[in-house]
Amino acid sequence: MQTRFTGRVWTFGEDISTDHIIAGRYLTSTDPKVLSEHAMENVDSQFAKRVTPGDVIVAGTNFGCGSSREQAPMALKAAGVSCVVANTFARIFFRNSINIGFPVVECPGLREKVQEGETVTVDLAAGHVLLASGERVRFQPLPPNLLEILNAGGLVPKLRAELAAKAP
Amino acid sequence: MAGHTMTEKILARASRNEVVHAGQIVDGYVDLLYMHEMLALALKPFDEIGIEKVWDPSRCVVTIDHWVPPPTLEVAKMHQAIREFCWAQGIQRFHDVGDHGIVHQLVVERGYVHPGELVIACDSHTNMAGAMGAFAAGIGATETAAVMATGKLWLKVPETLNVTVHGKLARRTGAKDVILKVIQTTGDDGAAYKAVEFRGATIQAFPMNERFVLSNMTTEMGAKAGMIPSDGTTKAYLEAAGAGAAYRPLDADPDAPYLRTFDLDVEGMGPQVACPDNPANVKPIEEVAGTKIDMAFLGSCTNARIQDLRAAAEILKGERVASHVRMIVTPASQAIYRQAVKEGLAEIFLEAGATFTSSTCGPCFGGHMGVLAPKEVCISSTNRNYPGRMGSPEAQVYLASPYTVAASALYGRITDPRGA
Repeated sequence: MQTRFTGRVWTFGEDISTDHIIAGRYLTSTDPKVLSEHAMENVDSQFAKRVTPGDVIVAGTNFGCGSSREQAPMALKAAGVSCVVANTFARIFFRNSINIGFPVVECPGLREKVQEGETVTVDLAAGHVLLASGERVRFQPLPPNLLEILNAGGLVPKLRAELAAKAP
Repeated sequence: MAGHTMTEKILARASRNEVVHAGQIVDGYVDLLYMHEMLALALKPFDEIGIEKVWDPSRCVVTIDHWVPPPTLEVAKMHQAIREFCWAQGIQRFHDVGDHGIVHQLVVERGYVHPGELVIACDSHTNMAGAMGAFAAGIGATETAAVMATGKLWLKVPETLNVTVHGKLARRTGAKDVILKVIQTTGDDGAAYKAVEFRGATIQAFPMNERFVLSNMTTEMGAKAGMIPSDGTTKAYLEAAGAGAAYRPLDADPDAPYLRTFDLDVEGMGPQVACPDNPANVKPIEEVAGTKIDMAFLGSCTNARIQDLRAAAEILKGERVASHVRMIVTPASQAIYRQAVKEGLAEIFLEAGATFTSSTCGPCFGGHMGVLAPKEVCISSTNRNYPGRMGSPEAQVYLASPYTVAASALYGRITDPRGA
């Protein structure tokens, strides 16, 4: 799968919860397109209208805290966001993202170095973010078991492939 | 050789290892998988994995709780899909509308959760089951499909925070006030990726209904699991739920390695309130008393057990809630609903001008049955108050105990229940 993403940055602060990312009132839908139209609505009502394919979200600590709703990473992915880089993530959001093949990486300190709207390149394999200024901010690459899921395109394709390999 | 935390003991057994240590990645074999409407979102990935039958239907529990009864056609279809799946898969412990409850409450009151088990569910407040001495953690829909297919999931064995609480609380102050104080101390990500264990004289003296509140809201500390050692209180609860044989004592070793220990003295501590827009924005009630409210909600997996309803009824008996306030009382399960009717609590709420609804998560996540309009202020016995959580992003939510919610409903302003 793709491991380098170049995109325009959307910045968000600390403790962006899944209630911010996709409000409970939209959970009656499981259609990624419908969800994407309401992405981040509780924090920025213009986000869903203005986000363009390939954009990168850069956030502070504890991104995705709160509810276990998988509709949160689904909504961001369907909105065209290529990846989320946060100082830290809440655990269920992080797991859900990897499981649906949506790249998320922890890069402590990045949030303080980027500006809204600048273009950055996130390199998952090399473990760094290249800023518009030319500065490289390093991060610890994902552990092998998670990279394996991402490379397969998510947990479902990974399990499918494993089952197929076992079949007589 | 250092001892082991509760987590390490449980995950060693669940991963079929002699011992495991924090930091290790293991495959955990799931003892109990429970699900609510999120199952509907897991059906497609389950189908795509290509396995026809759930690994072990006898280890699955399903109920319907977020939207009960279904308010829209989409939800009705979701419920229909769940029903048909449970029947086709032979999931016997499917609790449909009428026999339902908020899933975290339902699984403990029916005796489905036991000490020492690995419990997984598709909801963030799965942590609540940790009060039974289990390792209970939440996951999302795709991973729920994977567990249904394989019976296992990967887990990084978490480090543990040891939270010790001692001291006697003030009148009409309980576990909700304690956990809000703890969350204020650690922050809403203070236990991120960690397990939490509670112990100390105050915890030991808490009955199960209060212990559930503590474990439940470890989610608002970012914790992966929140556990309480199993003891005589756990045993009596399991016996009453018809599962006494599943009891076993479980605690960490005295020399278990903790990442951090918090020692909290709550002697004389009064009610606490989490103010908008974060569960860690906690203040003593004196600092927010007088704030005008529009709605008071007594409900959710956190605080809508029979003891919570009794606490509210004690304050509301023979009174009327303030004329500008809507009070909504929503028991955590149908079993609690029936008990409240039997004890005359429903009558007290209705005479006080409150609504008394069927069990659902509804208002807590802004789904239905009590959604907030812009600028409205709500005091709620629930667990989260991020912007838009209970409806409009411009609404404000204060989190508090059932006593504080009832006293505030009565006066129409946030009110210290000790004087109500």
